[in-house]
Amino acid sequence: MISQLGLSGMLVSFADRLDEAANRAAIAFRARVEDERIPGIEESATSLASVFLRFDPMSMDHHRLRASLEALLAERDWLAAPLPHGRRLWRIPVCFEGAHGPQLAQAAELAGLEPDQAIAELTAARTRVLTIGFAPGQPYLGILPPHWNIPRQTELTRSVPEGALTVAVRQFVLFAVTSPTGWRQVGRTAFRCFRADADPPFRLRPGDEVRFEAIGAAAFERILAHDGDGTGGAVAEAIE
Amino acid sequence: MTSALVLRRAGPGLTLQDGGRTGFFAQGISPGGAVDRLALIEAAALLGCEAGDAVLEMAGVGGLFEARGDLRVALTGAPMRASLNGEPLEWNACHRLREGDTLDIGAAQAGIFGYLALGGGIDVANVMGSRSTHLLAGIGRRLGEGDRLDAGSDPRPERTGLRLEPGARFAGGTVRLIEGPQTRLFDSGTRERFIATAFRRDPRGNRQGARLLFDGEPFRVAGQLDIVSEIITAGDVQIAGDGSPFVLMPECQTIGGYPRIASVVPDDLAIVAQAAPGTVLRFEFIDAAAALDDYRRRRTAGHDLARRVRPLVRDPASIPDLLGYQLISGATAGEDLR
Repeated sequence: MISQLGLSGMLVSFADRLDEAANRAAIAFRARVEDERIPGIEESATSLASVFLRFDPMSMDHHRLRASLEALLAERDWLAAPLPHGRRLWRIPVCFEGAHGPQLAQAAELAGLEPDQAIAELTAARTRVLTIGFAPGQPYLGILPPHWNIPRQTELTRSVPEGALTVAVRQFVLFAVTSPTGWRQVGRTAFRCFRADADPPFRLRPGDEVRFEAIGAAAFERILAHDGDGTGGAVAEAIE
Repeated sequence: MTSALVLRRAGPGLTLQDGGRTGFFAQGISPGGAVDRLALIEAAALLGCEAGDAVLEMAGVGGLFEARGDLRVALTGAPMRASLNGEPLEWNACHRLREGDTLDIGAAQAGIFGYLALGGGIDVANVMGSRSTHLLAGIGRRLGEGDRLDAGSDPRPERTGLRLEPGARFAGGTVRLIEGPQTRLFDSGTRERFIATAFRRDPRGNRQGARLLFDGEPFRVAGQLDIVSEIITAGDVQIAGDGSPFVLMPECQTIGGYPRIASVVPDDLAIVAQAAPGTVLRFEFIDAAAALDDYRRRRTAGHDLARRVRPLVRDPASIPDLLGYQLISGATAGEDLR
């Protein structure tokens, strides 16, 4: 479905809910649109299940862009598109203990689990970067098992720290900045998603996979103290 | 030596801004930039400079500045109480400052965001294509006492003593909306009530968004807390978890989970941004094609700046080189601000 999003934007949606195939479709369709180099398109991005196009409102309009996008949509079954090349598997240490996981027990209860079971499940999941957004380099990771479809809070948590691992609606968000949020913080990493002075400044890409590995509070403090480049003890390997 | 303004006292919300940073949306960085884009265009018209230059954005209150060397300043956006060496100084105008002059900018008298621009722009590092501070992304920082605003090379140091009739945007009013992907998730009764409601600006608001207050039931769609997170952009009107609207500003996040009832057209966003607490705002829907036509017409007409810029001193006898001001060529269509 194609909709206008603001005066200079269009949104191509492949699903109105979280869906693995729709996420693959969005990543692949964005690559196709970039490849087409439609005059007047200035920027593109993906979200969980859609592609956003920002255009120059002086030279392009919603109506004409819709026609171009419909032609590209008709080229293939985008829901059957493969994942992009060059993906990596990241293993990121996370501490679930004490103040590092202030809402672990609450989130576990909403998922119908004991805290220990919750940690076991959250570290067993091999999740994928579904999209990057909200804050610089910040990943949405999923898709967690159905019983992790826990709602966001009605009231916002005033602040979670950079590196906070939060959970809601069958996904993790690993916070790139200190931020208010409606997601529940279950753990904390020392992984920095964005550093303006690094090359590249953004670490994760849509399609990358992530596994979290539980560490104790003492190990977490050691990583924080010796972590010059913000890797947070994470390691990455190429997939395939 | 480079001319500069040195901050002797600083309000709490001083940041350097320009037309924003595009191209990093996919990495989670919204464009940011000045919340009142027209203020940039007006400052450039007064100074005869590029509308893409970095300026100082002042939220609510300015600061005390001391001139190092000669320079020109333009003051636009929310009118703030201002004085030069103790003498009242006109807002929406450009002025010459000499070495040692003291410029005092106090509280906003209408609106929220005031702007101080320098002839030649403020010389600050370009990070990823822009000089704008983006606090959410950790690019740049708030300015404080002791900080220096270095002036770039001034292309027209002789041009000064001009004033400008500001575009209307400091007293609330009707804000135009276009429909977005989630507008129809709200039933027609809810949409009609939204249009019929007189909203008031909540004191809570910043460069990321502005909350609106109203009397009546919260605005709701079904399944609000588990809606799929989606792209959000400046101007979007999110309905937060408590059922109240939140209008997103240029430094907003790039993805959000709350449903959006509509998007404010770019040229009306400053009406929301500049609405001081308690100011009344109403909304109306317009067709996207009509909104695009209006957006293009304003830019093609150069925001009427050639008509709005005038000599500051009204007695022509006191301006020996009136013809040298070149009022027309100082106007900019603002295309570089998109």
